[in-house]
Amino acid sequence: MSRAVITVMGVDRVGIVAGISSLLAQYNVNIEDISQTIMQGIFVMAMIVNVSQLPCSFSEFKKALEERGKELGVEVWLQREEIFRAMHRV
Amino acid sequence: MKRGFVSLNEIMETIEMVRKEKLDIRTITLGISLLDCCGRDPKEVMERVYNKIVKVASKFVDVVREVEEEYGIPIVNARISLTPISLVSAGFDEGAFVELGRVLELAANEVKVDFIGGYGALVEKGMTPWEERLISVIPYVLSSTEKVCSFVNVASTKAGINIDAVLLCAKVIKRSAELTSSRDGIGATKFVVFANAPSDNPFMAGAFHGVQEGETTINVGVSGPGVIRAVVEDLRGMDFRNLANEIKRAAFKITAAGELLGKEIARRLGVTFGIVDLSLAPTPNPGDSVAEIIEAMGIERCGLPGTIAALALLNDAVKKGGVMASSSVGGLSGAFIPVSEDAEMARCALEGSINIGKLKAMTCVCSVGLDMIAIPGDTPIEVIACIIADEMAIGVFNSKTTAVRLVPVPGKKVGDKAHWGGLMGEAPIIGVDSGRVDAFIMRGGRIPPPLFSFNN
Repeated sequence: MSRAVITVMGVDRVGIVAGISSLLAQYNVNIEDISQTIMQGIFVMAMIVNVSQLPCSFSEFKKALEERGKELGVEVWLQREEIFRAMHRV
Repeated sequence: MKRGFVSLNEIMETIEMVRKEKLDIRTITLGISLLDCCGRDPKEVMERVYNKIVKVASKFVDVVREVEEEYGIPIVNARISLTPISLVSAGFDEGAFVELGRVLELAANEVKVDFIGGYGALVEKGMTPWEERLISVIPYVLSSTEKVCSFVNVASTKAGINIDAVLLCAKVIKRSAELTSSRDGIGATKFVVFANAPSDNPFMAGAFHGVQEGETTINVGVSGPGVIRAVVEDLRGMDFRNLANEIKRAAFKITAAGELLGKEIARRLGVTFGIVDLSLAPTPNPGDSVAEIIEAMGIERCGLPGTIAALALLNDAVKKGGVMASSSVGGLSGAFIPVSEDAEMARCALEGSINIGKLKAMTCVCSVGLDMIAIPGDTPIEVIACIIADEMAIGVFNSKTTAVRLVPVPGKKVGDKAHWGGLMGEAPIIGVDSGRVDAFIMRGGRIPPPLFSFNN
């Protein structure tokens, strides 16, 4: 199982979730969980996704995601999930 | 979020550490043993050294960049540390030693690492003739290369302080600065004199791959003063025990991130994972400062009364948090207090709250020593040697590592500034007490080790 976290930050507007999730479908990436909130007036969304069926390298997928983020006017991060587990769980 | 998944808060905390507080991994350092490159013929040794470095490290930088991208934690430098060069070059003459330095530079360029360390010797108890020759050519190597870093261990708690070597090193410092006078003596920024040098330190300029290490190792140097500063800043008025606990928590997170990335890089390279050095290593960037952590604790300017107590608490809490996060803690592991690499420290030196005496006192309770300090270019060699001897005594008699990285900036005096750029930053020239000390240091020989070292 290869999980990653996608974090999206920016001004809330129509089409952010759709814009990101359509790209995920295109890259065969399943969304396992989503949560979102507003932090200090900024829209924040985190998705836990499964990247084990990617048709390309992690790096290429990351570039495509960042490109989509630019089109949507939001900041997008893609990171392997282990980093969060390592840092925040004893 | 579903149970068992990481939470949104955890995700955002990590991302904010990178975005706002400049969390990064300062260095991934690949240690390479050169013990199988020894030989009588310098040409053959150099060929074996070059080939081994290039073979072992061919994919190193690519793997570092790949892991950096996948985990989203910036990795600033990829470096190589080598078996101390004196151990693989027995009998070399001066010319061969200079040539070997050039070969290391070529190898570092070929595999695209930022620095290559280990050009040095361990001489705390005595020096072989070729070790003396090696040390004497260090200035020429540092002034004719960019990436080669050099060290000499002149003291240990078991052996005492080799004053003959201290004097030689003072000459190296002076000459390295003179040979790079057009760049404010940058040669001397790549040379460290040690007491009790750790064999697994990933940080430059003092990194080397000790003989007790394995064939190849990945060692990680984390950073993160900005993260600690943010924590301390949010906790104004909190008592010291609770403050120490909060620093431990933050140090835990930073160390865990470093260990995860280091282990993953080691796995992908097929190399043993060594240690995480959980030092707080500042950079000249605003907010990425150890001096600012001390100030966030409530001291108006670093160096004022209270500074030593604050630094002691900080250094200890960082160690405790790190040790909880990883069973592979090593290197220096504590707070670094370089002057030029920490913009706030440099400002305090300019304003006078920091001077050499205070910095010496601070090194009694933190993990390093007198680091990246610019002094007047006309400081006599004997005075530089006495500063080194003082700092070595602090290390030897407190059973800890201390180091000296001084730059006597050619042509500059107190009040001027030295500019080195990049991670090296800039520093005001700090005054050195004047007066004759040569009759002391010229005695030569070795200062015996302390009583408590006779514990067999």
